[in-house]
Amino acid sequence: MRAAVQFLWPWAGLAAAFLLAPVVFSSPTALTMESVMGIMIIFALSYNMLLGQTGLLSFGHAVYYGLGGFVAIHAMNAVIHDRLAVPVVVIPLVGGLAGLGFGILFGLVSTRRAGLVFSMISLGLGELVSSSSFILRGFFGGEEGVTTNRAKLAPLLGLKFGPQIQVYGLVAVCCFLCIAAMYALTRTPFGRISNAVRDNPERVQYIGYSARRIRLIAFSLSAFFAGVAGGLAAINFEIMNAQQLGAQQSGVVLLMTYIGGVDTFVGPILGAIIVTFLQINLSDLTSAWQLYFGLMFIAVVSFAPGGVAGLLFRHWEAARSGAWHRLAPAYAMVAPGLVAALIGVVMLIELGNRRLTDEGSPMTMFGVAIDPSSIAPWATALGLFAVGAAATRLLWPKVADAWALVDKGLQARGRA
Amino acid sequence: MLEILAFSTLNGVLYGMLLFMLASGLTLVFSMMGVLNFAHVSFYMLGAYFGFEIERRLGFWPGFVIAPIAVGAIGAAVERFGLRRLHRLGHVSELLFTFGLAFVIEQLVEMIWGKLPVDYRVPPSLDFVAFRLFDTTYPAYKVFMLATAVAMFAALFVVLKRTRVGLVIQAALTHPEMVAMLGHDVPRVFMLVFGAGAALAGLAGAIAGPALVTQPTMAALLGPILFVVIVVGGLGSLAGAFVASLLIGLVQTFAVAMNGSLAALFGPVAPPGLGDLWQVTVAQLAPILPYLLLVVILIVRPTGLMGTRET
Repeated sequence: MRAAVQFLWPWAGLAAAFLLAPVVFSSPTALTMESVMGIMIIFALSYNMLLGQTGLLSFGHAVYYGLGGFVAIHAMNAVIHDRLAVPVVVIPLVGGLAGLGFGILFGLVSTRRAGLVFSMISLGLGELVSSSSFILRGFFGGEEGVTTNRAKLAPLLGLKFGPQIQVYGLVAVCCFLCIAAMYALTRTPFGRISNAVRDNPERVQYIGYSARRIRLIAFSLSAFFAGVAGGLAAINFEIMNAQQLGAQQSGVVLLMTYIGGVDTFVGPILGAIIVTFLQINLSDLTSAWQLYFGLMFIAVVSFAPGGVAGLLFRHWEAARSGAWHRLAPAYAMVAPGLVAALIGVVMLIELGNRRLTDEGSPMTMFGVAIDPSSIAPWATALGLFAVGAAATRLLWPKVADAWALVDKGLQARGRA
Repeated sequence: MLEILAFSTLNGVLYGMLLFMLASGLTLVFSMMGVLNFAHVSFYMLGAYFGFEIERRLGFWPGFVIAPIAVGAIGAAVERFGLRRLHRLGHVSELLFTFGLAFVIEQLVEMIWGKLPVDYRVPPSLDFVAFRLFDTTYPAYKVFMLATAVAMFAALFVVLKRTRVGLVIQAALTHPEMVAMLGHDVPRVFMLVFGAGAALAGLAGAIAGPALVTQPTMAALLGPILFVVIVVGGLGSLAGAFVASLLIGLVQTFAVAMNGSLAALFGPVAPPGLGDLWQVTVAQLAPILPYLLLVVILIVRPTGLMGTRET
């Protein structure tokens, strides 16, 4: 009974989150954002099937998302053209099957090796497909892409999927099913042997498995889920263009997954939510938002290789063992310097951006009117950054010491 | 026909040599640290923009000298304060760091110089016709580029093969511990090689900027092709990188000069389902040829043309 509750509550929580999201944040923009988040969660999780679980670093994963989306959108147009009785609900599956097909095809080529060779082939295949979109204009629609109208497909139970809320419903259901399916996959013997292929392919061969076949299966399944995400994107945006399968999109999914954390199952979900939120909201706040994005990625790679999820889990463990009293003072000592340094960096970027793009016209920052062509704000920003960075550097050992103690305590508990 | 052949060969060799200026640094860094540096093309772009900025204030020649040095210093700093710290986290972290760095540099360049191409021009002292062949002229600036690339190639060869520093570098590639035992500061050697590689990329940018277009996307456009070069040549093999640079340079330039298509060969009526494919000319295929080559080579020979290692 206890086990059943322990197993069920995260899923009940997830379902509740999907149900409550459009109720709590119900504005049209929020609804669009929630739909995109659902799509990106599937996409990022599918990417982590490769990176986190099988140890394959791909630079061309958007190919399967994009091709899934293109096939889905052509399928939708065909349905509209021939007036077939096919509802929108089937389309994500069409995208998924397209992703699966291309995944098997390209997987046969690229999963023969792991490591850097795999990465480079994925990069090459990604460039190959995205450059051929300028040649095969019939399929990819050239510069402007292919458009469709989801409301013209056959209704299902009276739902026409015209309004955004209905699309969100579809995305939410698909997303929930995909999360469940991908989580279940990690619990199967196949999921475990994928982890073994990531950690030690040689031993996998010794116990009688073909590492290459495992990689191919993982790759094809991951392409299937990426294709489902692409199919949902086709329904949501009603347009597909070559950018959706290019290097930029492949980079975004890598960023999302890594920022969220590749070591845990929930990491990519968090990453997809955070990055989508930032993509949509940060771009309203500042024109330099992509710069912050890149800096954030570098910070995660350098200081938190486990991503946001890794950080959360560590703190959760520490909190459960009651070690907060050790960490809190150390954090309190570091926080002022760290915050000052961050504010300094943000000010420098914003001042520079203003100076360079708008010829240094006056601006407001943190609610204060500032003249970027005068010296004072620059000096403040530099000062904040320099002092903050120095203080952080000086005091950081306290945090490291506190963590060392906490880890020791956790280890001792683990042994007991 | 002979005219096209001659000029395509010239341009192909020129493009190939330019690629090699970038590929050599990337290959050296890869063999030493096991890291594919995604930011290497960003250094090339920085070279072009620095060259442009200095040309605007001081003239082309100061830029030709200062830009590579500045880019080299930035490269050394990236190694010293970024990559070296990440070494203990493994190669994937290092690779992703350079990936993020490339992204940040692109955004910074866009912020500072804008999204549109900047007006980086060929200097007047090199703006004349070098020679005339079958009624077609060849600009002196391209000859200058070729000469610079060849000079750099020769210098690199001499330094690596004939000097003490070169010996230490070569030894550090394969036996870093032994070299450290003999009293050499291996991390410093790594930093210098990384800086030198960045400087070479910067030099390539500074001379290619006026001939090609200096814009924020120039790194993202060249990056994948550069990876094709070093993978096709064989990761870690300088000779392979050289051969592959020339190969890719020639393949792309010749493809652009050709207008044949299936329609031209077999008549204008396409078989059903092949409409687009039928009309595609070889010239249109030029951008995807390097990637086709990459995929084919990696399937047939995962070590590349002259490489000895796979990962």
